[in-house]
Amino acid sequence: MTTRIDRRYANLARQNRAALVTFVMGGDPDPETSLEIVKALPLAGADVIEIGMPFTDPMADGPSIQAAGLRALHAGMTLNKTLALVTEFRKTDNDTPIVLMGYYNPIYVHGVDKFLIEAKAAGVDGLIVVDLPPEEDDELCLPALKANFNFIRLVAPTTDDRRLPHVLANTSGFIYYVSLTGVTGAAIVDYSRIGEAVVRIKGHTNLPVAVGFGVKTADNARAIAGQADGVVVGTAIVDALKNSLDKDNRATTKTVEAVASLVRDLAAGVRSARKVAAE
Amino acid sequence: MNQQTPNSFRTGPDERGRFGIFGGRFVAETLMPLILDLEAAYETAKADPAFHAEIAHLHTHYVGRPSPLYFAERMTEHLGGAKIYFKRDELNHTGAHKINNVLGQILLARRMGKKRIIAETGAGQHGVATATACAKYGLDCVVYMGAVDVERQKPNVFRMKMLGAQVIPVQSGARTLKDAMNEALRDWVTNVRDTFYCIGTAAGPHPYPAMVRDFQSIIGREAKEQVLAAEGRLPDSLVACIGGGSNAIGLFHPFLDDKNVAIYGVEAAGHGLAVDNGHAASLAGGRPGVLHGNRTYLLMDDDGQILEGHSISAGLDYPGIGPEHAWLRDVGRVTYLSATDKEALDAFQLCSKLEGIIPALEPAHALAKVMELAPKLPKEHVMVMNMCGRGDKDIFAVAEYLGGM
Repeated sequence: MTTRIDRRYANLARQNRAALVTFVMGGDPDPETSLEIVKALPLAGADVIEIGMPFTDPMADGPSIQAAGLRALHAGMTLNKTLALVTEFRKTDNDTPIVLMGYYNPIYVHGVDKFLIEAKAAGVDGLIVVDLPPEEDDELCLPALKANFNFIRLVAPTTDDRRLPHVLANTSGFIYYVSLTGVTGAAIVDYSRIGEAVVRIKGHTNLPVAVGFGVKTADNARAIAGQADGVVVGTAIVDALKNSLDKDNRATTKTVEAVASLVRDLAAGVRSARKVAAE
Repeated sequence: MNQQTPNSFRTGPDERGRFGIFGGRFVAETLMPLILDLEAAYETAKADPAFHAEIAHLHTHYVGRPSPLYFAERMTEHLGGAKIYFKRDELNHTGAHKINNVLGQILLARRMGKKRIIAETGAGQHGVATATACAKYGLDCVVYMGAVDVERQKPNVFRMKMLGAQVIPVQSGARTLKDAMNEALRDWVTNVRDTFYCIGTAAGPHPYPAMVRDFQSIIGREAKEQVLAAEGRLPDSLVACIGGGSNAIGLFHPFLDDKNVAIYGVEAAGHGLAVDNGHAASLAGGRPGVLHGNRTYLLMDDDGQILEGHSISAGLDYPGIGPEHAWLRDVGRVTYLSATDKEALDAFQLCSKLEGIIPALEPAHALAKVMELAPKLPKEHVMVMNMCGRGDKDIFAVAEYLGGM
């Protein structure tokens, strides 16, 4: 059974272009504005949407996404409200894949079975749970696959060829290649290595490979899009949102457009890539 | 308890790093290969007599082990019940049990060829111990410490700097131990290849809880020998304080299968267990969750967001607890109690005046429960409490609480 994620990547492959995968924190800066932002993403050119589930202790995230999570929590965001946000979004868009991304504790405390039932009903397609490596697959990955979610795994530069098959075994939807060892928001230093890494991963899987961590501008996005099946942008979008807020971190009239405008630029970068590579 | 009693309480963790449902390896993929390397390196070292010989040499000549088992005569008389012994780990070099673990990990880091050591610290004792060992072996040392703790533990910050460590005040979250640990994990994820993360307590992803316990078990092994020499028999009870729980598991572990030894762990009840977010007693007031690489009891809200907790002791001010303690509680082998800030302060003062030993605020929590348990017990009852740290670092904080003295 295919998911919205499978169908989206298959369509884009036929168009010979990479997917733009955009990350926003659910509930940032408040639940209502967050819904408007998520709705604006596909119109601005996002192909896949990742929605962060805020957590107090995001150990793999840099300062921007940490702060986004805290803004959302201060605005009263909860896991139930994140699921409600997806439900609302689905009323207007039944095609764009939604991936929930975060840490395990809120899901574990909510109850894995309950979470999977509710996320399915809301229209969630995939999950990325940062602190669940394959060694802990029976916690959430296996039940999620059984419930026909894609379980998207992060592959790191430290994941060597010996370990890679183990990491890929229960991965579905796409592979999220973390382009650097570090937290979200750090800067990529060497773009030439990314192509090599994607080729290495593709030697082990037929799944699409998206590359994230450190993609900030349309030029960065273009550079990655020429070498991978997807480009993931998170921190740059979260920063654009943050820069549009007032001094008390409240949304302004510019907030939704600040995000949409950056996403349009990134989408243009992604869409121009394969053409450049072909010339 | 409807669970079956295991034949031995000392066989954990299993190959997945679990103690029952607790423990595990809940870390980002970037760290996972490193955790597996560390586990392999530790297994090799553990099987190597040279590794143990090196640790033993350092214990004797650098730490000052064995630490004495001291009969607290006036405390015993004052309480009028059980015969009380202190295991004097506050006499170790750097003033606490922390050095036992640090030396083990630093020797392991050297075997693995790592040149840069990172650590988190709350009260600063683990940071000082790590900075000390790094100075001795010429390793780079970076210590993450919550900005709030940097303020309340200034003498230790100065000591770490003196020893050549870089102390980084952590401004994220509540700016205490939990956030220092997050920041250390972020550093590690960034600098995986050359960096060794020296965790200060028996928590975190497998193999840390087992490894730290093994390094701290010298406390219990010595205590067992010493109490046999002094009393000709095993003690009737053990008492130790618990933040993450490394001193406690170090004392308890060698005794876990001695069924007649009652074991008590003491959590920090802060302003009182009834006060919302006003204590750091994860077992008494928390529930199972996943944080910092392991499943354990955590203080959190209904949505799984981690709470800060509170304790007068910066070393106990952590919303989780080592996974082995979580399991020992659930199987009923160890009884977990808690002591409030006020009870700990009373014990701190009493011990200073009766025994001429100024305890750290952490073991003052254990002592508070000794003061409650001992009077109800017969004089033949032999009780061993772990005096896991000295109170020099706490005198200013205590003076402030007591209004200047």
